[in-house]
Amino acid sequence: MAINWFKYSAPSTFYGLAGKMIPWLAWPAALLFCTGMYIGFFVAPTDAVQSEAYRIIFVHVPASILSMLIYLVMAGYAALGLIFNTRLSSMMATALAPTGALFAFISLWTGALWGKPMWGAWWVWDARLTSELILLFLYLGFIALQSSIEDPRRADRAGALLAIVGSVNVPIIYFSVQWWNTMHQGSTVKLSGTSMHIAMQQAMFSMLAAMWLYAIAISLSRVRSIILERERNTLWVAELAEVKQ
Amino acid sequence: MNWTEFFAMKGYALYVWGSYGIVLLVLMVEIILVRHKRKITLQQLRLIRDAESLESI
Repeated sequence: MAINWFKYSAPSTFYGLAGKMIPWLAWPAALLFCTGMYIGFFVAPTDAVQSEAYRIIFVHVPASILSMLIYLVMAGYAALGLIFNTRLSSMMATALAPTGALFAFISLWTGALWGKPMWGAWWVWDARLTSELILLFLYLGFIALQSSIEDPRRADRAGALLAIVGSVNVPIIYFSVQWWNTMHQGSTVKLSGTSMHIAMQQAMFSMLAAMWLYAIAISLSRVRSIILERERNTLWVAELAEVKQ
Repeated sequence: MNWTEFFAMKGYALYVWGSYGIVLLVLMVEIILVRHKRKITLQQLRLIRDAESLESI
C-alpha cells in the first residue's frame, strides 16, 4: 500500500493530525513524569558519595540531552525548509526553538544547583558549561532573529542559516568532557553499559521519556498556532470549527 | 523515613528542591503561554473575519 507521506507536509492536514496526536503524547508524558519522580525519590537509594544531592541527575541529564536533541531536530527542519522550500518544516523549526531554549535553561540551572554543593561553585567557565551556555544563546539568537524580520519566509531563511551554522556546537557540547580537561564528569551511561543502580536508571529513563514526549506535544501545540497565523488568509482556516464560532 | 527528614534531603534541600521546583515552574509556564497564544490567535482570526464581513456590507 502506498502511503502519501507528503499529505501531512501540507499545513492544512498537519494541523488536524497534530491536534489529534497531542493528548496521546501529553498524557503518557505526565504519567512517565510521575513514575520517574516516584522512583527517583522513593525507590532509588541514596548515593554513597553525593548523598541526596545526586537526585538532581533525574532532571539534569534528560533536560541536557533534550536541549541538544531539540537543537538538531530544529536545525534539520530549518534546513529542510531552506532546501525544499517547505513551509511546514520552517514552522516546526520556529515552534521547537522556545522549548529547546527552556530545556537548555533547565540544564544550566539544575547544573548550577548541583555544582554548588559538589564543586563548591555555581558556575565555572569550563568546556561543557560554556558550550551549553552558547547553546542557550543560539536558541535565543534564533528566536530574536526570526521575530525581528517581518516577512515570515525571509525570517525562515535567516533563522535556518543561523540554526545550521550553530549546529556545530552540539557535538562540541557532547564531546567536551572527552576533548578537554573539565570539571564536569563524563557519561555514566554508555553503550558498553553502566555502573548505575537499576532504580536510578529507571528514574532517569522515565524522566527522559517524559520530557521527550512533552517536548513533542508542546511543540505540536505551538506549531498549530503558527500554522493558523500564517495561513489566516486561506479558506480551510476560515472553515475550521474553532474559527467559525 | 518521616516527611521532615525527606524534605530536608540530608541538608541538600535547597539544591534538590530548587532544581525540581524550577523544572515544574518552567513546564507549567510554557503550557500556560502556549494555551494563551492559541486563544489569542483564534480571537484574532475571528476579529479579522468580522471586520471583513463588515466591509463587504
